[in-house]
Amino acid sequence: MTAVAHDAPHGLEHATATGLDSRKLAIWTFIGSECMFFASLISNYLVHKGRNLVGPYAHEPWTSPTGQHYEPILEIPLVTLGTALLLFSSLFVVLALSGAQRGNRKALVGWLGATIACGIFFVGMQVYEFTHFVHEGLTLSTNLFGASFYTLTGFHGTHVTIGVIWLITLWILALRGRIPPAKSLNLEMAALYWHFVDVVWIVIFPVVYLIK
Amino acid sequence: MDAHATSVTHGEHAHPTAGLYAKVGLVLFVLTALEVGLYEITYGGHAGPSAAIIKPFFVPMLLLLSAAKFALVAMFYMHLKQDSKLFSGIFVFPLTIAAVIIVGLMILMSYHMAFSKSG
Repeated sequence: MTAVAHDAPHGLEHATATGLDSRKLAIWTFIGSECMFFASLISNYLVHKGRNLVGPYAHEPWTSPTGQHYEPILEIPLVTLGTALLLFSSLFVVLALSGAQRGNRKALVGWLGATIACGIFFVGMQVYEFTHFVHEGLTLSTNLFGASFYTLTGFHGTHVTIGVIWLITLWILALRGRIPPAKSLNLEMAALYWHFVDVVWIVIFPVVYLIK
Repeated sequence: MDAHATSVTHGEHAHPTAGLYAKVGLVLFVLTALEVGLYEITYGGHAGPSAAIIKPFFVPMLLLLSAAKFALVAMFYMHLKQDSKLFSGIFVFPLTIAAVIIVGLMILMSYHMAFSKSG
């Protein structure tokens, strides 16, 4: 038992039947369940795609019976920037983890801060996007696109927000020097969650924004 | 080191270097640029005569690029390439169910709509 505590990586402090840390196994199991959760939301979006009775639409202009004209509602350039930053944040968080495992506190704090900044930008982008869409006349109850779009991207945005809060708490701990290499698994679990949020967006971005 | 400690060390191998992480990041960025570029030349402001040729392949190409990005993040950033195969199994099994759910529901709804239209 003592040998395990000293030799095992990432601060494994107890024996397990699998020889793997139970906390890491738990986060992977959670991520697995989240895959099916997002699959149901993506399915919901896809089966209702193109079946709207009224606009505004995602990719096509629409004129209402009262004569009001609506442009296609999605803004690809802004979301592309958000997508790129979310991808970069995945790189930043693995660099932070690498810093934590090597005991490099400066790298840990710096890269984790950059990850948080990217996450906050992404959430800000989504808040702007939702506000803009509501002003353009697209709400949760306007049409099938509105209902499925807000549900899917809203749940993803909630996950990003939770991830940002989790990373901020770890960043504060890192600033106080409370994430030594032996406790780097705490960051690795948050990083796994963050990467999952990223891979979900890797699917959502083309499905919602690029495929007409 | 006892038998258990050995299995732990074998279960969770050393993670890649910062250089490899940066290379993967660059590839992810290029693949994203390709996705948006593909959209621009097919449906966007830069759509030209070639758009009609690309359109039939647009969705498969986008899905292929998306799958490549997904695999890169899972393998290198989530360390599935180095870590225990048990983690890969825990991730891939529900992912397969998820894919089956999406494809199954789309087929089901397509039939439903087709029958609804035909009366």
